[in-house]
Amino acid sequence: MTETPLLQATALTRMYGKRVGCRDVSFDLWPGEVLGVVGESGSGKTTLLNCLSAQLEPSGGEILYTRRDGRQVDIFALSEGERRLLLRTEWGLVRQNPRDGLRMAVSAGANVGERLMAVGARHYGDIRGQARHWLTELEIDAERIDDLPRNFSGGMQQRLQIARNLVTSPRLVFMDEPTGGLDVSVQARLLDLIRRLTRDLGLACIIVTHDLGVVRMLSHRLLVMRGGEVVEAGLTDQVLDDPQHPYSQMLVSSILPV
Amino acid sequence: MSAMTEQTDPMIAIQGLHKTFTLHTQNGATISALQSLDLTVSGGECVVVRGASGAGKSSLLRCVYGNYRAGGGAIWVRHQGAMVDVAKAEPRTILDMRRTTMGFVSQFLRVIPRIPTLDLVMEPLLTAGRSAEEAREQAGTILTHLNLPQRLWSLAPATFSGGEQQRVNIARAMVWDYPVLLLDEPTASLDRENRAAVVELILAARSRGAAILGVFHDREAGDAVATDTIELRANRLAA
Amino acid sequence: MNAPTSAKSLAMPAETKSAETKPAEAKPRQEAGYNYAYLDEQTKRSIRRALLKAVAIPGYQVPFGSREMPMPYGWGTGGVQVTASVLGPDDTLKVIDQGADDTTNAVSIRRFFAKTAGVKTTTRTEEASVIQTRHRIPETPLKAGQIVVFQVPIPEPLRWLEASEAETRKMHALEEYGVMHVKLYEDVARFGRISVAYDYPVKVDGRYIMRPSPIPKFDNPKLDRSPALMLFGAGREQRIYAVPPYTEVRSLDFEDHPFEVESWPRCCALCGAKDSFLDEIIVDDQGGRQFVCSDTDYCEARRAAGHRGPA
Repeated sequence: MTETPLLQATALTRMYGKRVGCRDVSFDLWPGEVLGVVGESGSGKTTLLNCLSAQLEPSGGEILYTRRDGRQVDIFALSEGERRLLLRTEWGLVRQNPRDGLRMAVSAGANVGERLMAVGARHYGDIRGQARHWLTELEIDAERIDDLPRNFSGGMQQRLQIARNLVTSPRLVFMDEPTGGLDVSVQARLLDLIRRLTRDLGLACIIVTHDLGVVRMLSHRLLVMRGGEVVEAGLTDQVLDDPQHPYSQMLVSSILPV
Repeated sequence: MSAMTEQTDPMIAIQGLHKTFTLHTQNGATISALQSLDLTVSGGECVVVRGASGAGKSSLLRCVYGNYRAGGGAIWVRHQGAMVDVAKAEPRTILDMRRTTMGFVSQFLRVIPRIPTLDLVMEPLLTAGRSAEEAREQAGTILTHLNLPQRLWSLAPATFSGGEQQRVNIARAMVWDYPVLLLDEPTASLDRENRAAVVELILAARSRGAAILGVFHDREAGDAVATDTIELRANRLAA
Repeated sequence: MNAPTSAKSLAMPAETKSAETKPAEAKPRQEAGYNYAYLDEQTKRSIRRALLKAVAIPGYQVPFGSREMPMPYGWGTGGVQVTASVLGPDDTLKVIDQGADDTTNAVSIRRFFAKTAGVKTTTRTEEASVIQTRHRIPETPLKAGQIVVFQVPIPEPLRWLEASEAETRKMHALEEYGVMHVKLYEDVARFGRISVAYDYPVKVDGRYIMRPSPIPKFDNPKLDRSPALMLFGAGREQRIYAVPPYTEVRSLDFEDHPFEVESWPRCCALCGAKDSFLDEIIVDDQGGRQFVCSDTDYCEARRAAGHRGPA
């Protein structure tokens, strides 16, 4: 086991004026760990994700990240350039709506290859080879490499978005409701894929969702958020099977039995 | 426990364990599940927990596995040579214990959609770092032992019968040689032949030195594997 | 750099140089009623300040307060303002459009400056001290002291993928240029080669990505380490940028799909040139076609020197 956490959030707070976005959130994320963040709409989980993924500056608190080179850096003490570089190389960001995370006007191959080109890949054949590899990994027919994402189904678009993120072998991927808006059968396939990839690639992942089924299947640990605060944290199965906080109990008990 | 096992280092040592459920959705009603429970299990021992329904048998197993949060007391489990208190351990430590130290057979299979049976059974081995080849071979062996026809291996267990699902569940929990095994009615919904196959697996685990804590709804299977028996009565250790 | 003095020196080389080229009698008279070179002095100064900044940061787009010119956008309002700001009374101006000196636009702009600045004009590349151009760089090699002014329709190379100006500026600032290769990738994927023929993106001095204006990629190598000063003006978009003399200008490409210029299977039908950018023209009603030099001055000079093509 590594001795430093991959990501360390301490007393993370984001205010919108007087309104609380998220307040006093602290946790450690270890390499290869999948952390689920659940709560209702407005619970602050997306604000938290945006802060963690360096897209939104917190009003207080600290986020430390241990880079590939072993150095632990304060995300918001980095220059914007370094932060953006991190987001394109060591991190991934999968948005709920694939249209927000993909370039819809360029081919699937270019979507996957973009991150490589952004970090200096200049060999077309290699870039294409990598694109094919990642399309196949995400169960997209490599023959569709030159098709535009708009001709893909919703589930395929979402898988393409993941492929686009994985091509630089990130160590940490942020996912915002990755299965939202997908058919149930498509959801299952995607969840299964994410599960396999996080395990096989040793990927750490922070997944924000309101779907307890998603975290049950994917995440090792869980944060339950309400009103911008973490009301309960623990092992996923422990929080779901033996919730302690009244709000967690309410959340768990409101799942419809299948 | 016998004099002989007391000399060996315990694998599980439970001290003063409490567990209470507070039901906030029902006006804060509390249900006591376990009260001041002490228990040790050493390697090569199989302690079978008896008691009426609601006596806290399942809760005990789940507390040891970290699935339920202990309300008080300590649950020491030997993990990589040191005793770790599951009641206070970090989630990360518990996850690590579950990867290599503790196996759990529950009554219910949490079906993961779309994943073929063989892959499900291979998973604990892969997580523990075994090669795919090795994992496939071992998974195949245990599925064969549990009489799960090979034609089912490539299918996801969602559509299997209760007994078949249960056997997949057992295969998954016992394919890796966990030093600590927690068995929550492993033989429920199995026919005679398969019950025997499971008993055989448990005996094999016992003789390789695993510490086993089990709840058996069927007395015969429990008796077949037990080295010791305890009785829970009204959330306490009887006798 | 001290702006005021340097702004002066920017317009100076032509003045000092003109003494050794042609006598002053060919100079037309500046028409009364206009300020010199049409624009008022304050505007020209502000444009020169922008030009200085542009020269100091090769390839960087400097915003400037573009003025209304007596011509429509798209006809070279940016180029005309830059020319007006650098043109000294002793300069000799050449204006080309698609390589030709005799198109309406080229003739009009030449006349405009002859009238408002009283400068000499020429069609000969080697005689010109300032060359305003649309879509070409002359074939005749440029010399130190010459200034080429490019008319630019869209200055932002990242615009095709990123609509937000704030974002493209940030991308330039942080050198986030991956998307440029995405475009080239798409070309190779679709056509088997980089099909961009005009306005082929370049990296200037190893730093900024720049659109060279819609010149054919054939002309891109002429930008690299050119002895001449290259100034780019986009009127509608209000941007000025520059490539100072002897600056490295690299065309973007892939290792396995390197940058290449166009080539033709034949020579110019009129002058026989094999090293020149050729236009295909239809010469009769039967669809007969010819390839001829797009640079009319170059072609004429060759013919005057006795070169003949197959036609």
